[in-house]
Amino acid sequence: MSVLRLIGRGTLLHVKQLSRSQFEIATALFVPLVQATLAVYLFRAGSEPHRLLEAAVGAGMMAVWSSVLFGSGGAIQNQRWQGTLEMLMLAPRPPALLVFPITLATAVTGTYAMIATLLWGGLVYRIPLDVADPLAFAVSVPAAILGLGMFGLLLASTFVLLPNANAINNTLEYPIWLVSGMLVPITVLPGWTGPIGAVLPTTWAARAVRESVTGSGPVWPSLGVCLALSFVCLVAGALVMSYVERRARANATLALA
Amino acid sequence: MALAIEARDLRRTYRTRTGWLNPRRVEIDAVRGVDLDVRRGELFGLLGPNGAGKTTTIKMLNTLLIPSSGSARVCGFDVVSQTREVRRRIGYVFGGDRGLYDRLSALDNLRYFAELYGVPAARQKRRIGELLELVGLTGRERERVEGYSRGMRQRLHIARGLLHEPEVLFLDEPSIGVDPVAARELRNTVAGLAATGTTVLLTTHYMAEAEELCDRIAVIAGGEIQALGTADELKHHAEGRRVLEVQAFGVSDSQLAGIDVLPGVRESSVDIVGTAQVLTVQSDATVDVQADVLRLLDGVRLGRVTARQPTLEDAYVAIVGRSPVEVAA
Repeated sequence: MSVLRLIGRGTLLHVKQLSRSQFEIATALFVPLVQATLAVYLFRAGSEPHRLLEAAVGAGMMAVWSSVLFGSGGAIQNQRWQGTLEMLMLAPRPPALLVFPITLATAVTGTYAMIATLLWGGLVYRIPLDVADPLAFAVSVPAAILGLGMFGLLLASTFVLLPNANAINNTLEYPIWLVSGMLVPITVLPGWTGPIGAVLPTTWAARAVRESVTGSGPVWPSLGVCLALSFVCLVAGALVMSYVERRARANATLALA
Repeated sequence: MALAIEARDLRRTYRTRTGWLNPRRVEIDAVRGVDLDVRRGELFGLLGPNGAGKTTTIKMLNTLLIPSSGSARVCGFDVVSQTREVRRRIGYVFGGDRGLYDRLSALDNLRYFAELYGVPAARQKRRIGELLELVGLTGRERERVEGYSRGMRQRLHIARGLLHEPEVLFLDEPSIGVDPVAARELRNTVAGLAATGTTVLLTTHYMAEAEELCDRIAVIAGGEIQALGTADELKHHAEGRRVLEVQAFGVSDSQLAGIDVLPGVRESSVDIVGTAQVLTVQSDATVDVQADVLRLLDGVRLGRVTARQPTLEDAYVAIVGRSPVEVAA
């Protein structure tokens, strides 16, 4: 119970902290406009205008992924810059419990971008919010966000081990959109991308949300696979995090100076 | 004797790499064999110049750094292998502006850290209220931290460090950059904590702070403890000396170098106080250097000239002055 309280309160705190950054707010509001525009024109050009809502939701998922990738990838570095990393690590808790609320918060703030995408889609391109299964949509979006938050812990813990994490962040953004089928169906991609996409929680999260919007398939199996893969990432991330913490204490890299 | 902190031959070496085309590994021995025993309920000071190894020592004791060798126990628990047990029992407060969630309120910060440090949910509200009262932030707790003065931030740091009622509190230069009034309040708070039985390990380079607060003081320089005792005991290190203080306006480096080599002079230094310089010359008690010093300052506008007994600061200068400050590379 106290663990859930800690995760809840920690996530809320980090969401508030992120939400009060003018840069984060501007990014969450305006980047989706660009992404929604790209998606809409892509689908119109592909003579599939009836799938515009799917495109808008896909663009929203892209925004959530970007938020998780950049937020989680830089989570530890950001705490280090703020001088809060040492104070977090001094808590008598497993290191993963200190970082998971941060990565979950980046996924939650990513939903601003999802909502903004849908709003921009409605306002600018007159895309009606005509969801096939509203209940499944209402469940699958938060569940997908939780899943991506868990995936974020693995990103946060492994990226801190890499000397050029920022460069890797940038190179991962677009390929993951593509192989996860957020924007275009996986079926149109080369066959070799299939196995990569199949082991990524992002693929199943995008698929579950898309299925709830279009009614093209049962949502719950996709959501189940998404959460199962995410849980594996959470466990792996927790193990790596413990290793990272000990290494940081040995190498004196918890503080900036 | 119940010990809150015990360290045996504690050492820490930092390894860095310099150069790009021709990288070279550099090893810096920041702490070189520190032995410490701090009793429960004691207010213990660690005094030393910048780069002496104070912060490194404190970070090894509070589990943020793993020692290169040696051992340390806090409340009987090993700082390397029983990290979580140690962390449950300690608080850490450091000086400066950083380390808080600036875009959030003091209340948000305290609630989060109360949760992190395992304060029971039923206790949190009361405990946070008590601490806000203790550090004088009651009524300001809902304001964003980014609008706080440095003194207020420092008090919030202290409140956070005390949330879980730690048995041992590490204070790493808590009054750095704080105005004199806020620094006095801070000292009162620290003294009050020690009076309630909390063990405090305080690092500082403010002599008055150390002298006023600490039961015992260790002077650290070059990564080693150079002297250890009460403030009065440490003053003996300046025994056999006399101190001449000259208020001056425009003492040059060459004049200072000349004073340094006068017969009987042990140390000399210049501090800036307002618009004036204060030249402090320590000499053997048997040698009166006043006339020679004033002769070397010929042409410099002078203010008050005072001869006095050595203080803790003079003892500190004497201790640090004879230590090999530069660390091995």
